[in-house]
Amino acid sequence: MSSIDTSGNVKTVTGVSTSRTSALLLLLHMRTFVALILVFTFFAIAAPNFLSMGNMVIISKHVALNALLAIGMTFVIIAGGIDLSVGSIVGLCAMVAGYLVLYGIDLGFLGIGYSLQFNTIEICLIVLVVGVFIGSINGFLITKLNVAPFIATLGTLYVARGAALLFSEGRTFPNLSGNPEYGSDTFRIIGSGTFLSFPVSVWIMVVVALGAAYLASRTPLGRHIYAVGGNERGAALSGVNVDRIKLFVYMFSGLCAAFVGLIISSQLQASHPATGETFELNAIAAAVLGGTSMSGGRGRIAGTIVGAFVIGILADGLIMMGVSSFWQTVIKGLVIIAAVVVDQVQQKLQARVVLQQNAN
Amino acid sequence: MSAVATVEPHPIGLSIRNGSKIYPGTQALKNVDFDLRMGAVNVLVGENGAGKSTLMKIIAGVEQLNGGSIELDGKSVVFTDKTDAAKHGVGIVFQELNLFPNLTVAENIFVGHEKTRAGIHIDRAAQTSAARALMKRLEQNIDPDTPLGNLRIGQQQIVEIAKALAENARILILDEPTSALSAAEVEVLFRVINDLKKQGVGIVYISHRLEELIRIGDYITVLRDGVITGSRSMKGVDIPWIVANMIGSASKEFPKTVEHELGDEVFRVENICLPSPAGGYAVDHMSLTVREGEIVGLYGLMGAGRSELLECIMAQHPNSSGQMFISGKPLKEQSVSGRIRRGLALIPEDRKRDGLVQIMTIRENLTMSSLYDFTRGFHLSLKAEAAKAAEFVKRMAIKIASMEHPVSSLSGGNQQKVVIGKALMTKPKILLMDEPSRGIDIGAKAEIFRTMRRLAGDGLGILFVTSDLEEVLALSDRILVMANGRLTGQFPAGANAADVVSAATPNLKKVETL
Repeated sequence: MSSIDTSGNVKTVTGVSTSRTSALLLLLHMRTFVALILVFTFFAIAAPNFLSMGNMVIISKHVALNALLAIGMTFVIIAGGIDLSVGSIVGLCAMVAGYLVLYGIDLGFLGIGYSLQFNTIEICLIVLVVGVFIGSINGFLITKLNVAPFIATLGTLYVARGAALLFSEGRTFPNLSGNPEYGSDTFRIIGSGTFLSFPVSVWIMVVVALGAAYLASRTPLGRHIYAVGGNERGAALSGVNVDRIKLFVYMFSGLCAAFVGLIISSQLQASHPATGETFELNAIAAAVLGGTSMSGGRGRIAGTIVGAFVIGILADGLIMMGVSSFWQTVIKGLVIIAAVVVDQVQQKLQARVVLQQNAN
Repeated sequence: MSAVATVEPHPIGLSIRNGSKIYPGTQALKNVDFDLRMGAVNVLVGENGAGKSTLMKIIAGVEQLNGGSIELDGKSVVFTDKTDAAKHGVGIVFQELNLFPNLTVAENIFVGHEKTRAGIHIDRAAQTSAARALMKRLEQNIDPDTPLGNLRIGQQQIVEIAKALAENARILILDEPTSALSAAEVEVLFRVINDLKKQGVGIVYISHRLEELIRIGDYITVLRDGVITGSRSMKGVDIPWIVANMIGSASKEFPKTVEHELGDEVFRVENICLPSPAGGYAVDHMSLTVREGEIVGLYGLMGAGRSELLECIMAQHPNSSGQMFISGKPLKEQSVSGRIRRGLALIPEDRKRDGLVQIMTIRENLTMSSLYDFTRGFHLSLKAEAAKAAEFVKRMAIKIASMEHPVSSLSGGNQQKVVIGKALMTKPKILLMDEPSRGIDIGAKAEIFRTMRRLAGDGLGILFVTSDLEEVLALSDRILVMANGRLTGQFPAGANAADVVSAATPNLKKVETL
């Protein structure tokens, strides 16, 4: 929003071109939002039934999954990293959830012929801990062993996916309806329940998004994430514990992925080990579309959410219009490239306006 | 060499008449007359910002004059760029080597003007043999096929010279060529320079090491604030003469010491050691103390270990050893934030790389080290933060349009004020400043110095590092001199400049006897 104040104060000889510049700058600043409105309006006109309540719910359910991953990804990218493992963490967490619902933890190896069963809340907590733990492995590799984030998370991508397949020997865990005896029959609510006529999964996304936005803008931790991504050495010399910040963002990203794993296994009432494949790419796309800079230091949670909605609405709208899925893929790619090009233009323009203002 | 000079004076190869160069805000050169003599070493000396680099860049075609003319062999010339100057036979070896460690010696020598067949295919054999011939001319036993990264710094410097000679340079500019060399490597370089002289090459030699200049130079030109203050044959020149011309009788407008009582010892370091990757110690058993309200100037040439010492103090080198005490209490904290909490603050030398997060706003940079002062539980009060930032913008007299602009939009001087403001916001007891006036204009410099004085007056202990002689003399309550990682001199305020310089170059005797 700072561009609004900026434009208000600019005073130059060529008043007309300046006000045009600042109007353009404002438009560019809000570009993701503008894109969202454009996409929404287009499909509202072009696709029948697009505006129906049922369709809105479906879209928001789809978007919630990608948005959750993208929130975690945004922090990682702002801190100057990348997390390729989120899709696999989704898969592994889904399998862990499925296993716990179906079998609990078999204590047979203790020779007492007894197995531990969990209720829904306990299952959720365990799955979330698993997600955070895998994130912490990423963080450990990157901070303590100095592995490049791309490589470290590429490694966990394979390891976590392999672990998910090993869990069931590649099979699906079916019929995750739970058992009322153990209090796990409520497991289905996470994915299929509604609250105030919106799916629970959407509410989870909203709560996580609000928490993340607060963290980013109103806590020292959030500020330090931006600082580490903007200039790691500078941040370290200012007393920021760079390793701790990096560890946090990967753990948070793992947490977000664990939520998605829970939601999907509950929604489908089944866990498949291939769950979440290529999800990481959609998450990166949403973050970038929302104005997160891949070189670190720049990005906002609100932008990422809007970015996720643009991608989600585009996908659903094109399906409703009967556009082939091959074309959908092409269009998604073009939109992402366009977003980054516009971002570059905005950066240049903004720098020029600030310079001009300092000269006066 | 001087005997030759009297019999057959060196011909003037290139001369500048009435040369002026204006940058936005400053005049770097004012009506400079400079003669470059062939077959001789033309020494250029002056303080940082005196205009040496500008003059050198103009000769090398990197920059162009705003007024005046350049004559090459009696004909007026204009060098449009570095390539153009190279065509006219001017080569330059920059202070920071512009080489590629992953390529071979031969590839480095011919990078940008490769020997090719039909303009496409690189003629490797021709390059290698030409490189071998060059190495022979320089009397170096360097295989043209070794990767450059395998060579020592001194050998890499020779490769840089070979690169210039490969373009048939008749005029060779060497910018601080010895700053990174060992004593033995310096000898090799000097031998090469002497050979080149005999071959008729005109050499421009820039250095801060005065004893070196006296030894190698045939002609000397001293610059101060863009004006030539002395120019003569090297015969009879001594260090006091050079220093007198460098500094001049009327000192710059530096704030004079306002008398105030010094307090108790606030900071003491004992036996700080830092092993150097090149062997030996980068910081070698350094001990020093700072009192409350005292400005201690740490003078030394590049590579003396001054910045490394400050980095050790600021917990940047896990391999360093030694003890530190703040107000007599041992400093055990191993993290930067812990040391900041105990009252240390560092103004790093490289503002862009270490001091600021360029893409963040002025406000965010100012409060970077003090965020927890505005935080209750998790919650960061943006209101309290903005108020504090505004207070420091006012206190440091930072000229800004808005606190929400990126810090990169500020001038160097104002950026430095942001860095200092950030450090002061942590309420330090000791301020460590590494080259606090580097890269900022003279007006901002004076302002920074006044600020330092005022802070000292308020009881802050300041330890500042500089390679600017004038600065250390004018500003310090006490002067410490470092060379080769060791403390080599300690002087009270108002010390003799020549003594300070001598302490900074302890191998003076060794060089003289050679």
